[in-house]
Amino acid sequence: MKGLCIFLISLCLGVANAREAVPLAEDPVVETRLVHISQELRCLVCQNESLASSRAELADDLRREVRDLIRANKSDQEIKDFLVSRYGDFVLYRPEVKPLTWVLWFGPFVVLLIAGIFLLAYLRQRRSAMQPQVLSDAERARVEQLLKD
Amino acid sequence: MKKVFIPLVLFFGLVIFLAIGLNRDPREIPSPLIGKPAPAFSLATLESDAAFSPQHMLGKVWMLNVWATWCVACREEHPILVAFAEKNQIPIVGLSYKEIQPQDPAAKQSDAIKLQVARERSAVWLQRHGNPYTTSVMDLDGRVGIQYGVYGVPETYVIDQQGVIRFKHVGAVTPQLLAEKILPLMQGLGKS
Repeated sequence: MKGLCIFLISLCLGVANAREAVPLAEDPVVETRLVHISQELRCLVCQNESLASSRAELADDLRREVRDLIRANKSDQEIKDFLVSRYGDFVLYRPEVKPLTWVLWFGPFVVLLIAGIFLLAYLRQRRSAMQPQVLSDAERARVEQLLKD
Repeated sequence: MKKVFIPLVLFFGLVIFLAIGLNRDPREIPSPLIGKPAPAFSLATLESDAAFSPQHMLGKVWMLNVWATWCVACREEHPILVAFAEKNQIPIVGLSYKEIQPQDPAAKQSDAIKLQVARERSAVWLQRHGNPYTTSVMDLDGRVGIQYGVYGVPETYVIDQQGVIRFKHVGAVTPQLLAEKILPLMQGLGKS
């Protein structure tokens, strides 16, 4: 019972601690661009969240950094390059197509192609196996014999 | 080879790939900063307002260790660093990363007060747990951390005489890592 009480109280505390959505900065244009860019970026702490949706502290800091870069009139590419130079390709949800990421980009299609070749070979083999068998005269005679009985 | 074995071979291939993939630490991300010049910064230290800059360390092989008193893994790593600093004449610079967290009551104070609180807290902590750092830089807003691609404290960097980052480790260092990788690397760099 005591444990339950503590649990409930801590729940309330959690609610009291919850932060409200950070108010949009003065400039809606900056915010729109921020959201646009950060949807393409991965939060490094909770790796399956984008920078736009993550509530991790590092994500907050990175958004602040991106905001500053937007204010400094950097292009999207420059901002992404900045983060890649710090955190690596890993921050991009869509890594650049370069020799290092070829396997990532084209690997699935190669696998699909190989699977397709195997499927085709298999179907062809099956078709030849399914050729109607022609009965020889002896067999035909035997069939007729059997049917008569 | 008999055809029956083909699915079996494929299955084991898949098992091997999964075994490799699942045993890798997803938090370990190769740093693009290896082989690049250490980003410049200029920050007050724990000890004084005189700014510290990586430029001051040119000509030395040194270690940059990101830490904070709130960081649990740092506590685990700390005695290892203290022992390492005692045994080896290698400068370790601390980067006190975001000592004042946003949920901290002190976070609402002015920058000067935040710096003061952070210094006091860090000094007490280092007194209790030992101080392996030649100096500790106060990165209160975490901007220097971003320059260095910090995403999980503690992190450790090895920087050479030319100011180039040679090594990075995310997470607590282990005696094994220090003895087998970091120390040989630093000694090798020291000779060149």
